[in-house]
Amino acid sequence: MCDQTFVAVTFGPCESCGLASPLMNIYVKTDPLNYCSFCVEVMACKGLQRGETLTSLKNESESLKKKLEEERVKLNDVELHQVAEKIEVLGALSLKTRRVLKGHSNKVLCMDWCKDRRRIVSSSQDGKLIVWDAFTLNKEHGVSLPCTWVMACAYAPSGCAVACGGLDNKCSVIPLSLDSNENLAAKKKSVAMHTNYLSGCTFTNSDMQLLTSSGDGTCALWDVESGQLLQSFHGHTADVLSLDLAPSETGNTFVSGGSDKKSNVWDMRSGQNVQSFESHESDVNCVKYYPSGDAFASASDDSTCRFYDLRADREVAVYQKDSIIFGASTVDFSLSGRLLFAGYNDYTINVWDVLKGTRVSCLFGHENRISRVRVSPDGTALCSASWDNTLRIWA
Amino acid sequence: MIFKFPPNCFFFSPSVSVLLLVPSSSLLLQIEDIVTLIQDEAEGVPIRTVKSFMTKIPSVVTGSDIVQWLMKNLAIEDPAEAMHIGSLIAAQGYFFPISDHVLSLKDDGTFYRFQAPYFWPSNCWEPENTDYAIYLCKRTMQNKTRLELADYEAENLARLQRAFARKWEFIYMQAEAQVKIDRKKDKTERKILDSQERAFWDVHRPVPGCVNTTEMDIRKCRRMKNPHRVKKSVYGVTEEGTQSQSPIHTPSHHCRKGTKEDVEKEIVFLNTQLDRHCMKMSKVADSLISYTEQFMEYDPFVTAMEPSNPWTSDDPSLWDLETSKEPSQQRVKKWGFSLDEALKDPAGQDLFLKFLESEFSSENLRFWLAVQDLKRMPQQDVAQRAQDIWTEFLAEGAPSSINLDSHSYERTSQNLKDPGRYSYEDAQDHIYKLMKSDSYARFLRSNIYQDLLMARKKGKSLTGKRLTGLMQSS
Repeated sequence: MCDQTFVAVTFGPCESCGLASPLMNIYVKTDPLNYCSFCVEVMACKGLQRGETLTSLKNESESLKKKLEEERVKLNDVELHQVAEKIEVLGALSLKTRRVLKGHSNKVLCMDWCKDRRRIVSSSQDGKLIVWDAFTLNKEHGVSLPCTWVMACAYAPSGCAVACGGLDNKCSVIPLSLDSNENLAAKKKSVAMHTNYLSGCTFTNSDMQLLTSSGDGTCALWDVESGQLLQSFHGHTADVLSLDLAPSETGNTFVSGGSDKKSNVWDMRSGQNVQSFESHESDVNCVKYYPSGDAFASASDDSTCRFYDLRADREVAVYQKDSIIFGASTVDFSLSGRLLFAGYNDYTINVWDVLKGTRVSCLFGHENRISRVRVSPDGTALCSASWDNTLRIWA
Repeated sequence: MIFKFPPNCFFFSPSVSVLLLVPSSSLLLQIEDIVTLIQDEAEGVPIRTVKSFMTKIPSVVTGSDIVQWLMKNLAIEDPAEAMHIGSLIAAQGYFFPISDHVLSLKDDGTFYRFQAPYFWPSNCWEPENTDYAIYLCKRTMQNKTRLELADYEAENLARLQRAFARKWEFIYMQAEAQVKIDRKKDKTERKILDSQERAFWDVHRPVPGCVNTTEMDIRKCRRMKNPHRVKKSVYGVTEEGTQSQSPIHTPSHHCRKGTKEDVEKEIVFLNTQLDRHCMKMSKVADSLISYTEQFMEYDPFVTAMEPSNPWTSDDPSLWDLETSKEPSQQRVKKWGFSLDEALKDPAGQDLFLKFLESEFSSENLRFWLAVQDLKRMPQQDVAQRAQDIWTEFLAEGAPSSINLDSHSYERTSQNLKDPGRYSYEDAQDHIYKLMKSDSYARFLRSNIYQDLLMARKKGKSLTGKRLTGLMQSS
């Protein structure tokens, strides 16, 4: 059969194969179809299957979503904050800045605690990574990286290495030497390779595996020693902005949040997306598990933070206020899960009572956006990183 | 004080001509709703002309009026909070103090004016340095004290003159043209427009030390929608050959449109979710509450620490204690909350192992630990280790033989044909459940655990040495 020429009305991704090409706009029964000429031929050869056009599939998907929502609503017999009325109100929280870590010359974008509860690694738009003993304010290591905007950094569980990455689309591991004169940048080893910026990284309970999230819409699990890709996670339809590993000893899951407004829970072993939550009205900037691993919180550009329970498979609380109109960029729980610390683009950190849904405190001090908040491993302090070039320790 | 600007300046450099765009549009829409309402004749603040010292100040409102309005309309209790959010809205460029370049809100009689919608950030302004040069040049041409350049502006002008030396004549001409246009306007109107124009530049070329609110998170830049793909000039200046697209505004790559395959996958996913057995909210709430309440005594933000929190007292004794060999009674108590908690703590894991050894049933825990280790190994060591585990725990005549039901055993032996880090998932899960329901419960009742749990309660008679001895001998 010779190639037929036709008048292409539209150009774009084919609804069948997804490739961008001139599209034929035809109708099957009353459903419009926009297929490339190849797929139209394939369809014609196969004969039209039981109305399985994109539109009818979309309709099926919509009706399933409605059914799912109905099913979930049936289990919604009470709100969390209502049940929480019976518990005592928290005493006044008097959190103060105990340390200010100065040393970066541009926005601090990320930080992570070491398991020893006092060391911190931070990364900045100035291309530098600094390892601090936050207790003494001593800068123990400084690494200059070739790219600016180092958006993610993580401390290895052993405390002997750090991982970082950003606009270079990579995640590299740097072993921390005891010799302060050694040039750490030279020992940097590229482990993860993405096709867009690296937004988040974390070690998975050992120095040997690294979990990453990227602006290319995927997450991935890597073998540090060989740089081999062990598993990739596809499902987000836009940039993945954050991830967090489940805290349980028996856990094999992690949660990710993206610009597609979704938070997805993944099984690390199979690469499958096991649960998905979509109730934010804008980008999900950060996700963090509740300490038991049965729930997680998220922060979004829609100026709210939300709390989702995995067993109920739904959102169970929203933390918002009329006076909070700037996006929330980061969240973390206190050790018991009673408090949620959230950093915002209005330079403040709001502390929420997770169960009652009320705001307990508001921490002022930073002079620009908060990029990251993290509670220390033993829960004794909160560290915040900001676009004002500093980090603060609150306790 | 909430808002302090640091003494050391961020220097404005004329070579940095690409300033990243404004923050996300939903935020601006929200701010604009507030700003529109606040200027409403009925619902808003009193904007009026104030007579002062032989002159009239048109269209102003006091800072405290704005603060009061924000408190009432945004349900804010603390005036400090209202000042903070007001300052942020000012810093974004929606209103400004008429006698200051620094955009912040004060709760007093300071006069503020609202910005003209023409200059609103939502119009996606990215003013070029040529525009800024024209503006500063124009200011020097007008002989009015209120329009005199501030020090930093004079410095900026000098730098721009050096940078644009070759086209300064062009800039000068444009400035002259602007001055002519301005002269034609009504005096009062001019006062207002001049201040609004100055406020616009205070946003896009802020005072050194002030936050530049036009800076954006680079991760969000790609998806910014700018209807004006071409850079537009504040003064309508079109330069030769500079009608190029802003480098930031590359065709945004939107969310991938759903293909048939995507929707089919979604349908499979949704069906799986429908089959999922979910818990009722009341049960979930009870579970969350009881978990949190159980751990609140361990949460330093909620319960005072003993010894003190190192960060508040500068005394690291708490940490020294925790790393020492003797676990506190509180810590030992935590091991009784769940098997997970006991295994999470190396000391708890040790004690549980010792207990199992005393019962000659430690192979289960040792298997579980070996599999945890397997999952954390470098890829190249995995296959061998998996084999080693089989030999030690599952093979015929294995030295530490564990009990698996035939089903799990079959499945595991199949997995071992292609050994990987998840070959023992099934078996590990089975063994964990066994330990949880059987050995763990006995462990909690055992002398070895109970002695340690009760020890501190008996008072300070037991020294550290004796406690360690207890742990070693049991």
